[in-house]
Amino acid sequence: MIVLGLETSCDDTGVAVFDTARGLRAHQLYSQSRMHAEYGGVVPELASRDHIRKLLPLVREVLADADIGFRDLQGVAYTTGPGLAGALLVGTAIGRSLAYAWGIPAVGVHHMEGHLLAPMLEPDPPAFPFLALLVSGGHTLLADVQGIGRYQILGESIDDAVGEAFDKTAKLLGLGYPGGPAIAQAAGHGTAGRFRFPRPMTDRPGLDFSFSGLKTAVLTAAQSRVLDAHTIGDIALAFQEAAVETLVIKCDRALQQTGHARLVVAGGVGANQLLRAQLRHLGAKLSVRVHYPRPEFCTDNGAMIAYAGAVRLQAGQFEALRFGARPRWSLTELTTL
Amino acid sequence: MKLLAFDTATDACTAALSLDGQVLERFERRSQHSEHLLTMIDALLAEAGLRIQQLDAIAFGRGPGSFTGLRIGAGVAQGLAFACDLPVLPVSSLAALAQGVDAGQVLAALDARMQQVYWGAYTRNAQGLVVPRLSEVVINPEAVTPPEGQGWIGVGSGWDAYGDMLASRSGSALARWLPDIVPQARHLATLAAAAFRDGLAVSADQAQPVYVRDDVAVKRRGPA
Ligand SMILES: Nc1ncnc2c1ncn2[C@@H]1O[C@H](COP(=O)(O)OP(=O)(O)OP(=O)(O)O)[C@@H](O)[C@H]1O
Ligand SMILES: [Mg+2]
Repeated sequence: MIVLGLETSCDDTGVAVFDTARGLRAHQLYSQSRMHAEYGGVVPELASRDHIRKLLPLVREVLADADIGFRDLQGVAYTTGPGLAGALLVGTAIGRSLAYAWGIPAVGVHHMEGHLLAPMLEPDPPAFPFLALLVSGGHTLLADVQGIGRYQILGESIDDAVGEAFDKTAKLLGLGYPGGPAIAQAAGHGTAGRFRFPRPMTDRPGLDFSFSGLKTAVLTAAQSRVLDAHTIGDIALAFQEAAVETLVIKCDRALQQTGHARLVVAGGVGANQLLRAQLRHLGAKLSVRVHYPRPEFCTDNGAMIAYAGAVRLQAGQFEALRFGARPRWSLTELTTL
Repeated sequence: MKLLAFDTATDACTAALSLDGQVLERFERRSQHSEHLLTMIDALLAEAGLRIQQLDAIAFGRGPGSFTGLRIGAGVAQGLAFACDLPVLPVSSLAALAQGVDAGQVLAALDARMQQVYWGAYTRNAQGLVVPRLSEVVINPEAVTPPEGQGWIGVGSGWDAYGDMLASRSGSALARWLPDIVPQARHLATLAAAAFRDGLAVSADQAQPVYVRDDVAVKRRGPA
C-alpha cells in the first residue's frame, strides 16, 4: 500500500510517501522556524498561513521524488492532532480533499503516535512491547507500548515539556529559537561545575516530570550575572546536564518497573547527543536495546505520519468526509489495532 | 460549463454546482464548515450524476472573512483541484456577497471582529456583474467614508454588527441596508464563470486566501 502523509501540526510542513512493500519512498520538510524566530516563538496564525502556501508544492515535489503518479497512491494520511488548531486544519482540509477527489481512503493520525512509531522507519525497527520516552516541544512522557494504539502513560510532565524548557532557557540566554540545538551548541563551549541546577522530582518515587522549577533556577542564575559568552556556555551546559539526567533517571526507573527489553526515544529532544550518550550507558547497564529515529525524524516530519497512517489504513481504518482538527487529543484515546 | 463553487468566509457554508446555467445548491449554517463542506460537495455531484473529474473548474470564496473559514475553503479547493488537475477561480467573498443583492450599487461589509469590518463598494456592469469601486479594506466602522452618488444598498454581517455607525458614516449616499445577508455560492459561481471566460483561472497551489488583514503579529525588537 502506498500512502501520502502530511504533517502540519506546528511550524513544520512535512510531506512523505510510504510504501508498505518498499518502505519510505520520498520525504520533504519545509521548516518555518526562521520566520517565527523573528517573533520570538511560533505565531499560530502565521504558521497556518505558511502551511497553506507550502503544502501543495511540497506534495508535488515528493511525488516527483518518489517517481509516483496519482494513480499509484492508495491512501492519504494527515495529522489531526494534537497541535495548533489552524495549522492542523490546513493539512486535514487538503489531505481529506485529495483523498476524496482521488477516490482513495483517508486517515487522521495522532501526531504523538507518529513520533512514537518513527523508529519503525529505521533498518532495525523495535518489536512490541517497549517503553517509549516521548520528549518534544509540547510533550514529555513515558509510555508502556503494547501495540499500535495500546499506549499506557506511566508518567508525564506536570508543567512544561522538556523541549519547551530548552526553548525558554535558550530565549533567556539570548540564543534564539528553536532552543534545543542552540543550547546543545552553547553547552559545547561551557565549563562543567560552575553551575548546578536541580533534577526536579527525582528525589521521590514516581515517573512524572516537572521542568518549570529548572527553568526558574536558570532564570535566577542568569539574572544575577553578566551574560558573557562564558557564562552562557556554562549555564547551557549545566541546564542540559540537569534536563538530560532527569530524563535518564526516570527512564531507568520505568525500565526497571516494566521490565521492558526495548526503549524507544522519539520527539525533537531525542536528537540531543548528550541524552543519546547517557541512554546508551543506561541501555548497556540494563541490557536494554535503545531505538531512535534518525535525527531528522526526531522532530516533526511527514514520514512518521505516512508510516502511522499506512499502518492504520492497512488495518481498514478510514475517515468520513468531515475533516476537523483535534488540537487536544490524548494518546490513550486512540483505537487499538 | 460545469463549475463547482463554494464559500466558507462567513458563518454560512455554501456550495453550488453550476451546469451551463442550471444551478444546484447546498447551504449549511450550523457548526463547523469542515464538518459539512465535502459532504455537501459530494451530495451535489451525486445529484448531478457527475464525477468531480468532469468539472471544468473549481471556484472558492478567497475572502476576506474568517481566517479559519478561508483556509477551509482554500484547502478544499486546493485538494480537489490538485487531485483532478482542474483550474481554480478565487473569487472575492465581498464581491459574491454584493453579487447576490438586486441593486446597482452595493456597500458590502463583513464583520472582521476587533471592532472592524471588511469593506467594499460595488457597482454593476452591463452584464449584471458587480465591479469593485475601491480596493477591499479592513477598517473601523467610524472611519468609513461615504461613497460617491446615491442609492447605495448595504449588506453583510458588518452591517448586522455596526449598522448604525456604517449608516451614519454613509449619510445620504445610503438608500437602506438589508439585514442577515450572507455570500452565496450561486452568485460566486456567476462571477467565477465570467472570470473563467476572461482567462483568470489559476493553478491549485495559487488557490490562496486573501486575508486583507495582514498585521497579525508583532516582530520582537533587537536580535533574535
Ligand atoms: N538537539 C536538541 N537538543 C535538545 N532539544 C532539541 C534538540 N533538537 C530539537 N530539540 C527540541 O525539540 C523540540 C521540537 O521537537 P518536536 O518538533 O518533536 O516538537 P513539537 O512538534 O514542537 O511538539 P509536539 O510534538 O509535542 O507537538 C523543540 O523544543 C526543540 O528545542
Ligand atoms: Mg512534534
